[in-house]
Amino acid sequence: MAQTFWTYFFVSLTFAIYIFIALKSKASSTQDFYVAGHDVHPVVNGMATAADWMSAASFLSMAGLIAFLGYGGSVYLMGWTGGFVLLALLLAPFLREFGKFTVPDFVGDRYYSKLARIVAVICSIFISFTYIAGQMKGVGVAFSGFLGVPANYGILIGMIIVFFYAVLGGMKGITYTQVAQYCVLIFAYTVPAIFISILVTGSSIPQIGFISNIEGSDTAMLQRLNDVLLNLGFIEYTKTNKSILDTFCITAALMFGTAGLPHVIIRFFTVKSSQDARLSAGWALFFIAILYTTAPAVGAFARLNFVDTVNEAGYVNSDQNQNEIFISSEQPNSGFKKVPNWFINWEKAGYLIFKDINNDNLMQYRGPNPPDGITNEVIVNRDIFVLANPEIAGLPNWVVGLVVAGGLAAALSTAAGLLMVISSAISHDLCRNTFFPNMTDKTELRVARFSSAGAICMAGLLGIYATQLGFVAQVVAFAFGLAAASLFPVIFLGIFWKRMNREGAIMAMLVGLTSTFSYIVYFKFMGGTQNQWIFGISPEGIGFVFMWLSLLVGIITALLTKVPPDEVQRLVQNIRMPS
Amino acid sequence: MSNNISDDKKIANLKKKYWIATIKLTIFLLFFWFFASYGAGILFRERLDEYSIGGAPLGFWFAQQGSIYIFLVIIFVYCFAMSHLEKKYKIKGD
Repeated sequence: MAQTFWTYFFVSLTFAIYIFIALKSKASSTQDFYVAGHDVHPVVNGMATAADWMSAASFLSMAGLIAFLGYGGSVYLMGWTGGFVLLALLLAPFLREFGKFTVPDFVGDRYYSKLARIVAVICSIFISFTYIAGQMKGVGVAFSGFLGVPANYGILIGMIIVFFYAVLGGMKGITYTQVAQYCVLIFAYTVPAIFISILVTGSSIPQIGFISNIEGSDTAMLQRLNDVLLNLGFIEYTKTNKSILDTFCITAALMFGTAGLPHVIIRFFTVKSSQDARLSAGWALFFIAILYTTAPAVGAFARLNFVDTVNEAGYVNSDQNQNEIFISSEQPNSGFKKVPNWFINWEKAGYLIFKDINNDNLMQYRGPNPPDGITNEVIVNRDIFVLANPEIAGLPNWVVGLVVAGGLAAALSTAAGLLMVISSAISHDLCRNTFFPNMTDKTELRVARFSSAGAICMAGLLGIYATQLGFVAQVVAFAFGLAAASLFPVIFLGIFWKRMNREGAIMAMLVGLTSTFSYIVYFKFMGGTQNQWIFGISPEGIGFVFMWLSLLVGIITALLTKVPPDEVQRLVQNIRMPS
Repeated sequence: MSNNISDDKKIANLKKKYWIATIKLTIFLLFFWFFASYGAGILFRERLDEYSIGGAPLGFWFAQQGSIYIFLVIIFVYCFAMSHLEKKYKIKGD
């Protein structure tokens, strides 16, 4: 099959590029390994950060999520971009000025405490492992869905590729492969988006098409979408069922979580100066915004296109004769339309399900409150909207191959960044700085490589385990909530409040970590119900509330205990001033 | 010697002023950050939805597009303003 050929072609081509880059950028010191020698150009780092940040979920699932949630999907768009403002203004330049290698490095030195460092290590590793399971699962899905390779082998292949550049090159290898991966993923994302925009609105810029009229009519695309969805019994696309408070808190938890995610923060250690760190955050958001402003347009176009082509279409199985259906159908000339080909293809892959409940051979697609009382017959997996986009837009086969390579690039680049956090936390923070302070640089580099390899194996196992459990989407709430409530407050206070001390920091991290963790576990895994939510805030948004709790507890504890030593106050003074 | 001490004092003074200016700038920009996203996109969305930009309700557009553009502008304005502050208070060597 031609499509499989192109998919193999693009996937192997991009993998070959990544390995080539890995071999070219071998790390020779711990400085190279942890922070790529501190001399990455801000634009290059911006691009690498964008790839590091945009995961399999951003690439494959976000547009589909927005397509289904409409306005409700905005929390992801604002949350996952607004965090970069916080990073640029509150954290990145100061952490770069501090000039070390990891997030626990900062916490350990600023709070003059091995215990604080270890708590920060636990937070970092926990956040990174929950996040990485999703990436590995994404790799498995891409391989099993498109290349006919069983998911577990797919994960194994992904592991080997990451192994090459993460273990050999460390941050140096990861940086340059991430740049390549960004190029692959953004190309793969925007090409189908441009074509589907032309198809629906006639505008070749999706962001413009988003606010334009339907091609050849004077109804706005979004207005049309609202009307269509309302008629089928969904809520309007530009409205939501969620309360304002919950929307607010989820957005905030994602924003502060983004700013507190260690794999994003460490990217800013790789540039030359604090000035470059600021600029680099701007460039990172620029490269991210290209995808993030395209995604809502893709979501809306795809939803509209889906309703138009699928709803009330005659279902023709590949082994049935199309003419027979025409004759048996009682409306031969009243706009009968046939099920689109892509629907049949993706139905085979299990992404779409059609149950002909009223036996009329037509596919009725309905929302929860349909005015005509007809039961919904079409069940849709949200990821379909990015995956099937090229086919929906009628693009040639090779574009599908490109999208698969793009999805893999997104998953692998994020996985590599997370692995870096885990391996440096083990080799640098635990081994070198906590247990074996006399370790030489050379030994540390070897330990770093070794722990990076170990982390890859762990991540792979998690990915294999995750494909069987399907809990990944829920676990993502963990990573952001925990980052917002545990790491963000101590880093922020460490920079902006000199009086913040060891006791306060340890209390703040522990309170943030345990409260958010228990809330999420209780409601996600122990059957807590919606009416027990504190102030009606969902587990996705609770990190924001507990972030304030953590800040408050940290400040009160600090005020009740000793002032931090003079040299720590001088350290804070120094990181505030660029040198 | 006395010259040195007064120089040190001057530098410390400049550093203090620089930090206060930085905090002011940060708060000023975070104000825009808040209004672009939480304000226009969430709290006042319904009010803003009465207006529209092209074919999109304004509040909805802010939540899905506008806020991101404003975030970008904020960061680059910050970069620009900070390097200005660094020059003004003679903080940065090169």
